[in-house]
Amino acid sequence: MKMHRMKSIRIGAGLGFYGDNWEPVAASIERGGVQFIASDHLAELTLAILQKDRQRDPALGYARDVVPMLLKLWPLMRERGVRFVCNAGGLNPRGAAQAVLAAFKAKGWQAKVAVVTGDDVLSRLQSAEAGFDHLFTHEPVAGVRERLVFANAYVGAQPIVDALDAGADIVITGRVADAALFLGPLAHGLGWTLAGASSEQELNRLAQGLTVGHLLECSGQGSGGNFGSQGAWQAIPDLAHIGYPVAEVYEDGTALITKAPDTGGRINFDTVRQQLLYEVHNPHAYFSPDVVLDMGHITLHDEGFDRVRLTGARGTPPTDTLKVVAGFRDGYKAEVTWGFSWPDAWDKAQAAQATIRTLLKEKRIPHDELFVEYPGLNSAHGALAPLPKADALNQSNEIWTRLVLRTQDKAAADGFGRLFPWIGLSGPAYTCGFTGLHNTSELLGIWPTLIPRAEVEQGVRVELLS
Amino acid sequence: MTKITIPLVRIAHARSGDKADWVDFGLFAWNAAGYRLLEREVTAARVQAHFAPWLPGEVDAWTLPNILALKFVLRGALQGGGARNLRLDNLGKAMAGALLRMEIEVTQDELDAALNTPRVGWWP
Repeated sequence: MKMHRMKSIRIGAGLGFYGDNWEPVAASIERGGVQFIASDHLAELTLAILQKDRQRDPALGYARDVVPMLLKLWPLMRERGVRFVCNAGGLNPRGAAQAVLAAFKAKGWQAKVAVVTGDDVLSRLQSAEAGFDHLFTHEPVAGVRERLVFANAYVGAQPIVDALDAGADIVITGRVADAALFLGPLAHGLGWTLAGASSEQELNRLAQGLTVGHLLECSGQGSGGNFGSQGAWQAIPDLAHIGYPVAEVYEDGTALITKAPDTGGRINFDTVRQQLLYEVHNPHAYFSPDVVLDMGHITLHDEGFDRVRLTGARGTPPTDTLKVVAGFRDGYKAEVTWGFSWPDAWDKAQAAQATIRTLLKEKRIPHDELFVEYPGLNSAHGALAPLPKADALNQSNEIWTRLVLRTQDKAAADGFGRLFPWIGLSGPAYTCGFTGLHNTSELLGIWPTLIPRAEVEQGVRVELLS
Repeated sequence: MTKITIPLVRIAHARSGDKADWVDFGLFAWNAAGYRLLEREVTAARVQAHFAPWLPGEVDAWTLPNILALKFVLRGALQGGGARNLRLDNLGKAMAGALLRMEIEVTQDELDAALNTPRVGWWP
């Protein structure tokens, strides 16, 4: 009897954010049997950081960790024929590719690097007469237009498929939908139709692929990291050597979520479903540029031994808009932290705080708010972590106060830290640990909105460098 | 039957994340017995009331019996968004813990079932 063996590929998670650890990625390449790594360097806020880099130096604006990461991983990948897709290009994908190629050249290495551009829509938002209302609040963009500093559309998986079809070893994109970094290699490797997918079978396997991408895009959060629970997280072994998730995905879209042998972490029903719902709003309509996912029929079958079988994702065709995330300048903050010790630690912290409020008023320092929280008492859960009574607080060994000034005036922010040091000698007793003399940073508002898909896609380019 | 009050952390686990100014929560029962309690007790209105003393935003909710989970979105939770939020937890990563503080009322039998029915996941 002739057995039909279904085609499958294995793809591993790269980084989950700019600054993440790539040692587990090396383990997936060496022992996880992967053909592709997909690496997500861009959170919503990351473009704000990259924008500040680019302001200082126009050659920057990409996630710079991609260079040392690839210097470490490329020899392992080349040996095994593993290909690499990432969005580390940020606001400057070509700059990222050139930096990687320059570093490779210094080592005498050669690689085909593809660059995907076309996600930058800042000038469209700046020049638009209408449209681009805030996706959540429906406010018009006019209120922030003059202050916009970046605006990027979430592009889909097609340009990644094109780059891999053209033989790229490494694909560097700007903003693409996080999960598309994974869906691209899957569609390329398994021959899935992206644009124009219309049958239930085509759409459901794209939905499966999108789910795989979503489960892998946050690195260790898909394999037992950040496992929120009481009394259970302790049973997750060896987080110091966590293995990032690896997916074995079949032609029909069914997938096995697992990780490299001899790594820490845990892949089970609980750890995988915490990631499944992470940063999802309506789980019955999870939008992406390539397919809209309904999670309502997903089955996560726990096979034990760090293997979870994923089936049942359902897809419907994508909409004719893409999501855009823009950032706009939104004032400044300056923050200080200091401590007061027993006795009367709470009352002394309150007295010192009152002095600062007096100074802000007398010196007429312009500000929108003075935000105060007490690290160790309520900074994580706010009013849901009620403070003990003042008597009890005064018996505390120490009280830490974090004061943050929000202001539209940079000079006011720059001067905030200077209001404090004299209090060490001329204020309540036993203060220590003051930090924040010079601690101004610019605040950015985030503006999520939609853009007609065709307006972006006609400008998306794939370019092969070597 | 008399009811007892328990925090969600006794019978559930959770993760939170951020999109602009909205924080979202996945809330997960360890087994079907726990899921029945979550579905009955942890409604959008109750979650909204729980957060109201701190963050009085609207709450949307969805149920996912296929993975024994509930999904919530709390609007206006991050002072406008992570890059302008002055809190130490500017991205709301620790806010799932605040959800797990929420108290619900169950009978002793219901609690026993949620605690004693084996967990669905593989926890060797």
